[in-house]
Formats: sequence, structure tokens, C-alpha cells
Amino acid sequence: MMQTLRYVVFRDVLLAIRRRADVATTLFFFVIVASLFPLGVGPDPKLLRTMAPGILWVAALLASMLSLGRLFAEDYADGSLEQLVLVPEPLALVVIGKVVAHWLVSGLPLVLISPVIALQFDLPRDAIVTLLLALLLGTPLLSLIGAIGAALTVGVRGGGVLISLLVLPLYVPVLIFGAGAVDASAMGMDASGHLSILGALLLLGLGLAPWATAAALRISLE
Amino acid sequence: MKLNWFKYASPVTFYPLAGKLIPGFALAAAILTVAGLYISFFVAPTDFQQGESYRIIFIHVPAAWMSMFIYIVMAGWAAAGLIFNTRLSSMMASALAPTGALFTFIALWTGAFWGKPTWGAWWVWDARLTSELILLFLYMGFLALHAAIDDPRRADRASAVLALVGVVNVPIIYFSVKWWNTLHQGASVSMTMAPKMAATMLLGMLVMALACWMYSIAAALARVRCIIIEREQQAEWVANLAKEPT
Repeated sequence: MMQTLRYVVFRDVLLAIRRRADVATTLFFFVIVASLFPLGVGPDPKLLRTMAPGILWVAALLASMLSLGRLFAEDYADGSLEQLVLVPEPLALVVIGKVVAHWLVSGLPLVLISPVIALQFDLPRDAIVTLLLALLLGTPLLSLIGAIGAALTVGVRGGGVLISLLVLPLYVPVLIFGAGAVDASAMGMDASGHLSILGALLLLGLGLAPWATAAALRISLE
Repeated sequence: MKLNWFKYASPVTFYPLAGKLIPGFALAAAILTVAGLYISFFVAPTDFQQGESYRIIFIHVPAAWMSMFIYIVMAGWAAAGLIFNTRLSSMMASALAPTGALFTFIALWTGAFWGKPTWGAWWVWDARLTSELILLFLYMGFLALHAAIDDPRRADRASAVLALVGVVNVPIIYFSVKWWNTLHQGASVSMTMAPKMAATMLLGMLVMALACWMYSIAAALARVRCIIIEREQQAEWVANLAKEPT
């Protein structure tokens, strides 16, 4: 079982490494979106500091969503998705493997670069640490929820725009608690409550989302 | 005699049944609406704090109730369609979705009309308003996914999964929005009504709620009839139906 999981993760990460440009695109999208906001609202550091948690989280949400198309679409196009569904292990396990790989490729780089962006917005040090923790808990959850939407729209025309309509409303709790944690910490309050809820949501998502994704994949492939 | 629970699970038998039920529900909806509006506008007293503008709640509150309730019913039908693989259940789910979206929209729209004179703003980021807005997005997602997939059976099953995911998420979204709201702006505005509501006000609201129920049932049945005819157009019984003199 662990072997299957390891294999799926390894395969997807390898495929992503072979096509590095895709990974870089997601990362740069995040950086560019975050840099657009100061240009839009003006360079006032006080305003930017209050807006930073929200901006960074919305940018992370959008970046994570944009990369969802790669989760199943390419495997569907070349037929390997159907082979993966035939694996004797539970399909949910394969899904977890693919989600982990998706997070390693699109979520983790985003988490790692976020402190640099946060510096642009002049966030205090504590808030940056909280941002790192919150993104570390929140981005896997984004990948998990997004996988449901990606599986539902496999092979559907106009899937790219449709997926945003399906997935973004479901991202709302992650946005609220993720940005809330950074907000609280920037105001000098304790952010552990927000982080605990993010962790709880992550566990809930880990328990439920792979099954929903597996069901959606089976429907899309029949 | 054994009761056959599944007799009306087939579109062939359900189609004429729905046709017979619609006029009753539609008539009840019309009568209740007239009665409800009469109570709302002429019988219910003027609110001493909000004046006449409070009267919008007679449509606003029932619409908000229906919007949430229909989503749950829709998800229930969608789940039944997934579990029992019955075509009619999925058709019911897709017939309910536009009505639910309509009520969500009405609730938001009338809420804005009520908010302007009462709060002085068309929109505030109140927890209920925000979660109602997200509910509208969920309805839109359901409708969009269903419309994007050409094969109707696949569309049914895919949007059923989405409806179920949505139903799990609705309480989470509601509580997170509520918490976010209290953190951000404190209890500046609250939609909760005054604890003591005049009995006639409550009566007006309940009658209007019943009217909305009847309307929803009639509209969903009428829509499901259209869906049945559209999906079963290759079937023999539809061809026979077309030949029958009306």
C-alpha cells in the first residue's frame, strides 16, 4: 500500500521535474498577483501591512487553483488515468498520492517563497512565521479540496473556468482561518486558535476529500 | 396488498402523477400568496423601530429559509440518485436547483432593499449575508457543472457528488464566516429580529413561507416534467403521449 502511494508521488513529482516550466509558472503567478496589489491600492505601508494577509492568501488560493488543471487532465489525455483507476489498491490512495505530489510541486514552493513576499509588505517577524505555518497547513488542504473539482471536470469542455466556480466557494473557510491567523499575529494576538482550526480542517479534508475525489474520478471515466 | 414504494420512481408513471399534482400546488401557492400578502400589508402592525420597511421580511425570511432547505433537499435527491441509481431522483435534483438559486437571489436582493433604509447600506459583510452569497455560488457551481457535461447521466452523477461535497461544507462555511465576522467588525449589526414579534407578523411570515413551499413544489414538478420529456424523447411512451389528443 505504501509502495503504491510512494510510486504515485514519485511518478508525478518526476513528471513535474521533467517539465519545470509549469512549476515555475505557478510560482511566478503567485509572486506577480501579490505584487499587483500595491500597484493597485497605492504604496502606503500601513495600508499594505493590514492588507497583506488577505492578499497573500488570495494569491495563494488562485495560484493553487490554477495548477489544479494539471492534476488529472494530462493523465486523462494520455490514458494513464484509466490505468491508475485499475490499480488493485483503493483509488482514494492513488488520489492521496497525486494530491501529495501536487502539493509538493505547487504548494510547497509557494510556502517557501511567501516570507520574501511578506517582507515586501513589511509584515512583522511573528506574522511571517505565522504565515509560513498557516500556509503549510492550508495549502495541502487547498490541494485536497481542489482535487475534487479537478476530478469532476476531467474531460469537460471549458473545465478550466468551471473549476474555479466549483472550487473557490469551498476554499472560503481556508481563506478565513489562514488570513485570520496572520492577521491576529500581526496585531500581536495569539494565532494558535486559527492554526488549530486549520489543522482540524486539514485532517477532515484528508479523511473525506480523497473519497469524494475517487468517486468523482470514477464518474468522469465511466 | 403490498405497497409498492417504487411505483412512482419510474419517469413513465411519475410524469402523469406530477401533471395531476401541479395544479393543486400552484393553486395553493396562489391562494396562500394572496392571503400572506394581505396579512403582511394590511393586518400586520407597523414596526415601531423600523417603520414600514420591515415588511420586506415577509418575503425575505421565507426566501432565505427556502434557499437553504432546497439545497439540502436537492443534495438528498442527488444522493438518492447516486445510491439507488434512479434516473428520477437525479432529475428531481436538477429540477430543484434553479428554484433554490432563485430563492437565494431573492433573499439577497430583498436583504439589500431592507438593509438600505435600516442599516444605511445596500450590503454589509454580515455573516448571514456572506454565507447566503456563498450558497448562491454553490448553486451556480451545481448548475454550471450540470450544464457543462453533455451526457445527462454523467452530468447527474458528477453534480450529485458536488452537491454532497457542498452539503458537508455549508455548516463549515457558515461557522467560519460567522467567526470571521465577529472577529472583524464586532456585533455592530445583527439580523436577529426583536425577541417579541407580534403574532400577526409571525403569522404573515408563516403563511408566506407556506406559499413559497407550495410554489417550490409546483415549480420543481413542472420543471421535472420538462426534464423527463426531454431525456426520454426516444422512449415509446413519450411518442404515444405525443399522439394522444390533449
